[in-house]
Amino acid sequence: MSQNNELKADSNCQLSIVNYQLSSVNCQLQLPTVNCKSISKAYGSVQALKEVSIDVEAGELYGLIGPDGAGKTTLFRILTTLILADKGTSTVGGFDVVKDYKKIRSSVGYMPGRFSLYQDLTVEENLTFFANVFGTTIEENYDLIKDIYQQIEPFKTRRAGALSGGMKQKLALSCALIHKPTVLFLDEPTTGVDPVSRKEFWGMLRNLKEQGITILVSTPYMDEASLCDRIALITNGQILKVDTPQNIVSQFDNILWGVRGNNMHKLLTDLRLHPSVESCFSFGDTLHVMLNNNALTTTALTTWLSGKGHQDVTIFPIEPNVEDCFMELTKQ
Amino acid sequence: MENLQHSEIITQPEKVIEVNKLVKRFGHFTAVDHISFDVEKGEIFGFLGANGAGKTTAMRMLCGLSKPTEGKGKVAGFDIEHQSEQVKKSIGYMSQKFSLYNDLKVWENIRLFAGIYGMNDKDIKEKTALLLEQLHFEKERNVLVKSLPLGMKQKLAFSVAIFHTPEVVFLDEPTGGVDPATRRQFWELIYEAAAKGITVFVTTHYMDEAEYCNRVSIMVDGRIEALDSPHNLKTEFEAHNMDEVFQQLARKATRKAD
Repeated sequence: MSQNNELKADSNCQLSIVNYQLSSVNCQLQLPTVNCKSISKAYGSVQALKEVSIDVEAGELYGLIGPDGAGKTTLFRILTTLILADKGTSTVGGFDVVKDYKKIRSSVGYMPGRFSLYQDLTVEENLTFFANVFGTTIEENYDLIKDIYQQIEPFKTRRAGALSGGMKQKLALSCALIHKPTVLFLDEPTTGVDPVSRKEFWGMLRNLKEQGITILVSTPYMDEASLCDRIALITNGQILKVDTPQNIVSQFDNILWGVRGNNMHKLLTDLRLHPSVESCFSFGDTLHVMLNNNALTTTALTTWLSGKGHQDVTIFPIEPNVEDCFMELTKQ
Repeated sequence: MENLQHSEIITQPEKVIEVNKLVKRFGHFTAVDHISFDVEKGEIFGFLGANGAGKTTAMRMLCGLSKPTEGKGKVAGFDIEHQSEQVKKSIGYMSQKFSLYNDLKVWENIRLFAGIYGMNDKDIKEKTALLLEQLHFEKERNVLVKSLPLGMKQKLAFSVAIFHTPEVVFLDEPTGGVDPATRRQFWELIYEAAAKGITVFVTTHYMDEAEYCNRVSIMVDGRIEALDSPHNLKTEFEAHNMDEVFQQLARKATRKAD
């Protein structure tokens, strides 16, 4: 099944290359907006990316999801033409990241993980500066940033360095958008951000998507996966899986049980002692348990647990989430 | 009288952190606004709040790094205003941003922090061997910390923070960016520490982790708006999970800080 998919992707790609030779306009229609093929990158002995291939379609909100050190930033820096890959090819908006890097730089927006605006310029000066660099004005694309920029406009004479974290984030996003980029690269925009502000930020991304901007966003928060059209799970420089969040969850091929009790930590350690328990992890107020013996009934497990002193234990089937899938895929 | 005091000691749980109407102002800005709470020995206490709610400022006062403008606080029995040096000796601290020295080896980091906290060489040696064995880090003993994977680094950082058996350990977003399996293993280390009687004071932006705490406080605009067990908070706010509780409370914030 997956081989078929790969074949299909390959033939698509060849088709695009033919189109590319026919007309560059066609190429932009046919090629995915972001196309990486077998990208590898090493820093000394550290292999940051190993044969990474992803496609981001026009208008997609695409999430690159994985922990720190997975290679997310390296991939972003290759796609935004800031560093060169050791191997593989990539195009952004139909342009090659090596040959046409200048065209990419003028047509994409990039918000790095670390705040990278000019701290000594005011809010308004930063925005004007970025507009000027990209040969445009604030007025020209004001519609695009209006909803975001209006929230910080009351502080437009304040220096960027004196802004709070949330406001810095909004300014950085405004600056990344001011030239109406075709693709927006957001590297961990919500890391260290509280759950309320994270929700608000994802709301902004949804609005931008509706305005036709292709967005590639990275995050270590697995719960944000469900807000993306498609996600790529990445760890140790390798893509584990690419699909819609719904498909990733539905492909989880194990039965998952939720277990609750009064003493959750003891329940966790006791469950792990049961010979039929393959894995057991905490997920909020519930333990997620996988069994290696489907003949084991919940009644038998409940009885076994009550023998260990656990009364009032409830066991029920549950739907896995993206975090379950990630853990399953990374299991050795 | 003596008897009465004695029975009080037995019945009253030991309070490791006591905070009474603590205030911190920066000019006209009240970062922490009359917060009061107690944390008991061996408790895992979750200290939640939106960015800018005042968590870091409160935590800095509890660690003896910043003096309160008003109010009283005791950590491990020491006054945070007048006995801040004793406070510092009685606590451990770990954050995601700063934990260990990258250019020192694993054993050198342990040696350095243990030395700073005044442990003697014999204890350090014995305990280092034990710790490396428990963490299955024997092979990494002579490895530079910078070459460890993040998950390993965080586990080591936590173990170093409690190496001198502090009364209380402060953890500031200890699991940010860590992969899901390691994040859970990290919490298992927290449970073990708490079972040994080390009080854990932890901030996190992962709401599933709030569920792992014995009690949780939620700060909004410098004040503690809710404080209870996750179960009671969910009942009180008619929420399915802690994220819903948090969203309900933190949305009320009027401060647009951080």
